[in-house]
Amino acid sequence: MTRPQPDTLRIKARLERPGFALDVDTAFPLEGVTALFGRSGCGKTTLLRIIAGLEHPPGGEVHFRDTAWQSGKTFVPLHRRRVGLVFQESTLLPHLSVRGNLLYGYKRTPEPLRRLHLDEVARLLGIDDLLERRADQLSGGQRQRVALGRALLTSPDLLLLDEPLNALDTQTKREIMPFLARLSEETGIPSLLVTHAPDEVERLATRVAFMHDGQLERLEPLREALARADSPLFRDEGAVSVLQGELGPADAHGLHPFGPPEARYRVPSSPGAGRQARLRIDARDVSIALSPPQDVSILNIIPVTIESLDEAPGHHGPARVLAVCRQDDGQTLMAELTRLSTERLGLRQGARAHALVKSVAFLD
Amino acid sequence: MFDLSPTDWMAIEVTLKLALYTTLILLVIATPIAWWLANGRGSPGVRTAVQALVALPLVLPPTVLGFYLLVLLGPAGPVGSTLESWGLNHLAFTFQGILIGSVIYSLPFAVQPLQQAFANLGRRPVEIAGSLGAGRIDRFVTVILPMTRGGFIVAATLAFAHTLGEFGVILMLGGAIPGETQVLSILIYDHAEAMDFDSAHRLSFGLLVFAFAVLFIVYAINRRFDTVRL
Repeated sequence: MTRPQPDTLRIKARLERPGFALDVDTAFPLEGVTALFGRSGCGKTTLLRIIAGLEHPPGGEVHFRDTAWQSGKTFVPLHRRRVGLVFQESTLLPHLSVRGNLLYGYKRTPEPLRRLHLDEVARLLGIDDLLERRADQLSGGQRQRVALGRALLTSPDLLLLDEPLNALDTQTKREIMPFLARLSEETGIPSLLVTHAPDEVERLATRVAFMHDGQLERLEPLREALARADSPLFRDEGAVSVLQGELGPADAHGLHPFGPPEARYRVPSSPGAGRQARLRIDARDVSIALSPPQDVSILNIIPVTIESLDEAPGHHGPARVLAVCRQDDGQTLMAELTRLSTERLGLRQGARAHALVKSVAFLD
Repeated sequence: MFDLSPTDWMAIEVTLKLALYTTLILLVIATPIAWWLANGRGSPGVRTAVQALVALPLVLPPTVLGFYLLVLLGPAGPVGSTLESWGLNHLAFTFQGILIGSVIYSLPFAVQPLQQAFANLGRRPVEIAGSLGAGRIDRFVTVILPMTRGGFIVAATLAFAHTLGEFGVILMLGGAIPGETQVLSILIYDHAEAMDFDSAHRLSFGLLVFAFAVLFIVYAINRRFDTVRL
């Protein structure tokens, strides 16, 4: 066996249950947010529970950096692993106040290990005003933020998030997303996020581990996961592009420049200029033209090179084509077209073209 | 109404002492059993068997239980003879003997409410507390106990009250030694046998009122902590 590499989380485990088998041998880099993505029942939650020490598969191996959490006879129980856990349903302790919940783990963290403190965490999560409330007086979104804060206040070495947004309505989800997005950046704590929602992956993840039928099929950076037409992220809701770039100040028309000059977008509203942002573009909102059209209302016309033309994900059959395009800044932009259009235009791999982007949405 | 004889008072004292000790011992024994039954791992077959074993005193005639305990704890039984070989006394017709008997007899009344409360609690709060750095005992004191308080109150009250009503087991195992094994229920039987209906009535009526009060309190608590059902 090779020596465990530092700064990875290595897991090797086999687990059989009636109608279900998990077989995983992998190493996650301990940096940023790693999404465990897959359908319900694919084993992602079980994998998370093995990492936490809540499942103890015989013969399994879990190594965190240089520390064996599980190996042979060694088994470090959960309360010694220094792992923050957040589940999808509310798990606040009902007999304690919000403050009591937040400090439950903090008090049990040895003083030299405390890196995060109540004030800054409460501010980060916007729960300063809730501290004296009872746990059952909070809304769903507030409860999840407190649960997150409680986990953070143990200054964990690793955060395990098991579909933390799943039980929330769309509005509340939107309210919490920015907090989650800031989390790993501002605290530097690596996290594993179990989810089956592509938008959560696009918004939050640094890399994605695709799970299927108890197996980990592929672990790749988000950018790569979003750059291939057969990405499982596109299976249900179609292809999307996620662009990263700097957002500039508004011009006279109230539009903000986004991205470098060679792939410059102009976008209306924004969550705040002068910062990094993620832009989400639905492949169905992108059209292709061979020459830059003059008299058209669309503002964002981006020069691209066609990288590949594949059958579009989803259930359209051969009628629709997904064109994977490369912008001049190197980022990928997906366009979903009809096969008829691609044939009329004579699109082929390597061709130069112009992408007409009808609408964009901010992820942050 | 309240002119009780010294024998009556002695029986009351033995009864209350027996019920109190039984309750305390049961809370210690029943808690891990109930937790394991509600949330433990291991084969479902074993768990079902233990569940049935715990519930046995509910359906068995108390005389059967008392008879086997008498055989087991008496001078000729395996436990009794072992104790005697160590220079100790066997346990038949002793307070310790009836204490063991009533612990077993009231076991389901302590286990079942706790098991119900633990099942309602689920594993999640304990897992969360573990992730927050709390060890086993810490988790029990700061999470399980406060969240299943109602279950503990019901279990303790029922174990106490059920021990008050014990008759058959003690009759078989303890006889009726005043100050040692003569509890109220036995004394009432003795009074009635001796045609002393006035004395029997005084004690019976007292027990009736007491039992009603205890159950009233349990159900009132039950209503408040709706996590526990009987």
